[in-house]
Amino acid sequence: MDRQTTTRPFARACTTARLRDYLPPMVSLLDIIGPVMVGPSSSHTAGACRIGLFARGMLGSTPEKALVELHGSFARTGVGHGTDRAIAGGLLGYQPDDERLRGAVDDAAKQGVVVTFENTKLRGEHHPNTTRLTLEKGGKKVTVIGSSLGAGRIMITEIDGYPVEISGSFPVLVIVAQDKPGMINAVTGALAAEEVNISTMRVSRRQKGGDAIHIYELDAPASAAALEHVRELPAVKHARAIDRVS
Amino acid sequence: MAYDSLQEALERATADGISLGEAALRAEVEAGLRTREQVEHSLQRALDVMRQAIADGRKGDLRSVSGLVGGDAHKLANAKGPLRGTLFTEVLANALAVQEVNAAMGVIVAAPTAGGAGVLPGLLFGLAKSNTLDDKTLIRGLAAAGLVGAVCAVRASLSGAEGGCQAETGAAAAMAAAAGVEVLGGDAETALHAVALTMQGTLGLVCDPLGGLVEVPCVYRNATGGAMALAGIEMALAGVRFPIPVDEVIDTMGEIGRSMDVRYRETAGGGLAATPTGRKLAKARLVELKGPKAK
Repeated sequence: MDRQTTTRPFARACTTARLRDYLPPMVSLLDIIGPVMVGPSSSHTAGACRIGLFARGMLGSTPEKALVELHGSFARTGVGHGTDRAIAGGLLGYQPDDERLRGAVDDAAKQGVVVTFENTKLRGEHHPNTTRLTLEKGGKKVTVIGSSLGAGRIMITEIDGYPVEISGSFPVLVIVAQDKPGMINAVTGALAAEEVNISTMRVSRRQKGGDAIHIYELDAPASAAALEHVRELPAVKHARAIDRVS
Repeated sequence: MAYDSLQEALERATADGISLGEAALRAEVEAGLRTREQVEHSLQRALDVMRQAIADGRKGDLRSVSGLVGGDAHKLANAKGPLRGTLFTEVLANALAVQEVNAAMGVIVAAPTAGGAGVLPGLLFGLAKSNTLDDKTLIRGLAAAGLVGAVCAVRASLSGAEGGCQAETGAAAAMAAAAGVEVLGGDAETALHAVALTMQGTLGLVCDPLGGLVEVPCVYRNATGGAMALAGIEMALAGVRFPIPVDEVIDTMGEIGRSMDVRYRETAGGGLAATPTGRKLAKARLVELKGPKAK
């Protein structure tokens, strides 16, 4: 049930009739009467803010430095739609309905966050409303590519070069671990031990035997204990819990 | 929400002797994600945000990010034409108000999208004033509207980039028509004829915003969308019955959207956006905006 309602908006964003046919016709009233958001555009403002929020979640806190690369329609009309302010707001932890979004670029500067905006043409196939965010803090660096699909819905498509598919509608656990047999078992076992239920999962890698990225969409946020449990697994290099952003 | 057909929803409502909005609320709860209280709570919040946006927009001191729109809701709130002081003018003022708040990066409720967010609150709060309706009634109106929007999402589209403006302010007007009949106490069948009678009037409407911004003509299309919904409601309540079933009208909206040239789907490549003045205004505003930051 849950899965159906959350995949539906993605189907709406896909223009192919074929994908539509695979998905059951389920839409919540609250997808239609909502979200409550700062204008002017559910895709260019609310969705952009959520991509910023997700990237902030990946870093774990407000970045010191952020490179915001705008692709496609985000580059063409983003400034007029406040896309720059919305992403900056997301990086500061503002939600899509937070009126502070209007002044978020200035707020970032005041907080000493160096945000640089650039228009770009990302290689490969990307949705017209896409941004690549490269955030840095201390020695940490994370790169996230996300697309805004319309009606405020987003899809994170790449994290640090790994292809992913994250809607942000669920709390997520992102793990980078050695690519070897038994890793999924170890992680899901650790989650089960803490009674965290998995809604969806996906594992991918750039090359065999290197590192793999695990994405677990969860029914409830991973507890501190569950996160600690996962981090203690010997082959796990990083683990990050991110709350839902929509 | 389990419905992909308004006809099905009508049959259910008729069998149970309930209104369209009540049927929508029951279906949402039966889908199992939220309790009735949670759904009503979320819709109450939506209502509160809509009410505030109307109040803010009608003051007339807002300008959009680009400076192209703002201040027109205030003019309608003090209208001088032959319809001044009527529900009609009230709906126009409210719809403009919400869209002006949206264009100025204020808080609104996407219904179904931000670009079409003025129509439904414009109409509902117009009726709330003229007919003294309480929030409980208005929430049922929102639910009826949500049901219509959900069926449009499944059978057609709610995105200007996919289906033109008929999928945004057109769908919003159809949603508002259902909401209007609901809050006025009309039955589900009448509500669905209001939807069909409204949507037949917005079929084919293109999405042609200047510079791709949600400003011109979007702000004004919300007002005219409200007018279209009033027409549909008035005809349906008078007993007019549209001969094409409502689901088929929605399918038609989807079919027209799919065959619409890409210039008319939010790309600013055609329609008003491509007029000499449209291009000139958009260019001037975008250059001005990008000046200090981008290259």
